[in-house]
Amino acid sequence: MRQRQVVQGTRRAREFEAFVAGASGRLLHTATLLTAEAPDDNPRARRLLTLALAHTYACWDRLRGEDPYDRARQYLALRFAHGAWRRHGLLLRGRTHPTSPLALLTPQERLIVVLRLYEGVAEEQAAALLGLPTERVRIMCDRATASLLHPPRATAPAVVGAKAKVAAS
Amino acid sequence: MNRSQREAAVRQLMERASPQVPADLYGDVVRRGTRMLRRRVVARRLMWLALFAASVAFAVWALTARPWVEPPSTTTPPMTGW
Repeated sequence: MRQRQVVQGTRRAREFEAFVAGASGRLLHTATLLTAEAPDDNPRARRLLTLALAHTYACWDRLRGEDPYDRARQYLALRFAHGAWRRHGLLLRGRTHPTSPLALLTPQERLIVVLRLYEGVAEEQAAALLGLPTERVRIMCDRATASLLHPPRATAPAVVGAKAKVAAS
Repeated sequence: MNRSQREAAVRQLMERASPQVPADLYGDVVRRGTRMLRRRVVARRLMWLALFAASVAFAVWALTARPWVEPPSTTTPPMTGW
């Protein structure tokens, strides 16, 4: 009995190690895109990745055939969304790195763009994960894509837009 | 530029620089994950303990207070002497 447990434990550890080796590169890239940090200086992305993988480790036995990568990505996205909401954009925007391709976007736009385009999550699934209507996800994705490909020249319009949003809300 | 072309362009933009995975990631993850699991086990145990204590307290109270027994009447005077 005890021996069987030990055998199961080592098999589990081997499986999890293989999963981490295979998934961590892509997940770290995803996390770095989300936090908009520089690729070689990404403490927040690393923290997100460690937490997501630790969560996956903790529920490894209860996956029951579910994709562990999917689970880790989901946790990563939710954790990021929660953190972005708590910090309410201001601090977070100040800490984005200009070399990141998504530095221009707001945290929520980054989340949607990364989930939809980099990770290839379907619109409906992304909407369900974030608790938004599917239409809104599509619109935000389109808008973010447009502003990435044709970045606004100066930052002034963005600031005015943010102020208008604050005034409207 | 149609929609799929735009999406492909953004995808290319995002795939440019890839960060390096830290070497001690696996150990860190396992340490944190084990701690999470242990905390969960402790929390579950505490919950069962609280449930058990509550049921014992309820049983003791029920046996001493006997709320199902009809209380003696206080309006009718006791019938004595006939």
